[in-house]
Amino acid sequence: MIVQALTLTLRLAIMVSAILLVIGVPLAYWLAFSHRRWKFLVEAIVSLPIVLPPTVLGFYVLVAVGPFTPLGRWYQALTGHSLAFTFEGLVLGSVLYSLPFAVQPMATSFAAIEGKLLDASALLGASRWRTFWRIVLPLGLPGVLTGLVLSFAHTLGEFGVVLMVGGNIPGATQTVSILIYDQVQALDYATANRTALVLLLLCFTMLAILYGLRRHGGWNLWEWR
Amino acid sequence: MSDSTPLPPGEQLTAQVRKSFRGESGSQFTLQVDLAVAAGFTILFGASGAGKTTLLDCVAGLQTPDGGTIAIGEAVLFDSQSRVNLPLRRRSVAYLLQSLALFPHMTVGQNVQYGLASLNKGDRDTRSGEVLESFRVSSLVRRRPSEISAGERQRVALARALVTRPRVLLLDEPLTALDAITKARILDDLRAWNRRHRIPVLYVTHDREEVFALGESAIVLEEGHILAQGSPHEVLHRPQSETVAQLAGFENIFDCSVTGSHPEYGTMTCRVAGSNLDLEVPLMRVNASLPLRVGIRAGDILLASSLPQGLSARNVLDGTIGSLEQRDMTVIAIVTCGPAFEVHLTLGARESLQLKPGGQVWLVVKTYSCHVLQ
Repeated sequence: MIVQALTLTLRLAIMVSAILLVIGVPLAYWLAFSHRRWKFLVEAIVSLPIVLPPTVLGFYVLVAVGPFTPLGRWYQALTGHSLAFTFEGLVLGSVLYSLPFAVQPMATSFAAIEGKLLDASALLGASRWRTFWRIVLPLGLPGVLTGLVLSFAHTLGEFGVVLMVGGNIPGATQTVSILIYDQVQALDYATANRTALVLLLLCFTMLAILYGLRRHGGWNLWEWR
Repeated sequence: MSDSTPLPPGEQLTAQVRKSFRGESGSQFTLQVDLAVAAGFTILFGASGAGKTTLLDCVAGLQTPDGGTIAIGEAVLFDSQSRVNLPLRRRSVAYLLQSLALFPHMTVGQNVQYGLASLNKGDRDTRSGEVLESFRVSSLVRRRPSEISAGERQRVALARALVTRPRVLLLDEPLTALDAITKARILDDLRAWNRRHRIPVLYVTHDREEVFALGESAIVLEEGHILAQGSPHEVLHRPQSETVAQLAGFENIFDCSVTGSHPEYGTMTCRVAGSNLDLEVPLMRVNASLPLRVGIRAGDILLASSLPQGLSARNVLDGTIGSLEQRDMTVIAIVTCGPAFEVHLTLGARESLQLKPGGQVWLVVKTYSCHVLQ
């Protein structure tokens, strides 16, 4: 039971982190360097999941993927089933829920890059694309990794969104946090305790690695080239 | 960059630029200049907030002028009328910022090769090898910017900027943080490089030593306008305006009125305002309605402990020493002769003349050390 839930949770967390890497980095780049007047609106939307109760977010995702919206109908037509109460639905909900945890550290570290370095790159004939790959990304890498680790850990621990969007189907949508909830409902405190401990240790280890690496002179990842 | 062939020598940078900007004091200035910079070193000299950096930024493309044209030879970088505004990466302008902006995560070698992305590896290595050699940093290629000295960083930044074979080099006070010897060596190498690659080099500084050390010509900028232009000697040794004079380091500037003119001797007599001190100064055509000032460098004044005789100098002034103060290896004496003069002496001079505050001395000032400013 716990192995199945744990595998599913880790699979979910890895997928969410991967998706957030792909959409979070460009979004963070835009937030860090855009001068659009309405940028603050995007910032507010990205940060919403931090303050919004997970049930509210989960409710909207559930409605959005249901048969009443174009998105829901499109997905149904494409795959023959609804996104609601599926693993894919969980991924969608979790991506939205963890978005600020990925984007904010990335945007902060991009914005902290000295503007003169970007000028220098352009003065040396580099395109924006090249400047991004050779200057912005390597120098912002600590923020990118922090964002990934945080969204991974955050996905491990989420509950409300998962319950609203995915329900509680073992093997398909039952994550560790939902399993604990189940076990407590069944008054099986001893099993709940073991399950909870696994999640606690997992999250603690992740964060300890994150902060430990940062303490040792930053992520010494410049050697990657 | 696509400029892999060296360009014909002697291209000129021409800029007619108009741009409003905020000076360092916070007040609004309009930069309005029209200049032509020939190949070789041109010093851009002026106080902070005079618009020097704004001008360089406009040439490099970091700022957009409100109007005007900027061109290198025939190539137009900016023209407000035909709406040309090349992006900075297409300008072939090398701009060395004060902060150098070396990429911290790359080695010296990677930094220098950064601008050569369009070349193949062999050409990249040849090109960067040459320029690293010219600036004597070949041995540092594997180090990171944080692992080398300030002077070496400076050399690497120059190498990185010049390896792309730019058509203009802009330098914004690049050497301010360095000691004199390091600075002089770097400048020697830069000059040697410029002899082989004749491009206009526009060098911003507010250090007058650098003006003389480097410049083939100098431009003085003040509140967004060109105040003087010519050889460093013309601009600074015979300053015609008081702003230039202060920039050029006249420690003594006096308000004066002309009391007599001696065309037969090529001199005139000036009375220092608020005193009965007369100075003999070179004859100048001056506008009597404008205030006249005389500037004298503290280092051009001789100091004697007894009345000197048999001198060619026409101004011998008696006074008393108000104060003596040592700054580094220079003694700064304030001598009251009516108005107070600042005089610079060596430590040895103070010792052998046994100068003390309150002591009587004579100041000797040559006529040609008195610079008439209007």
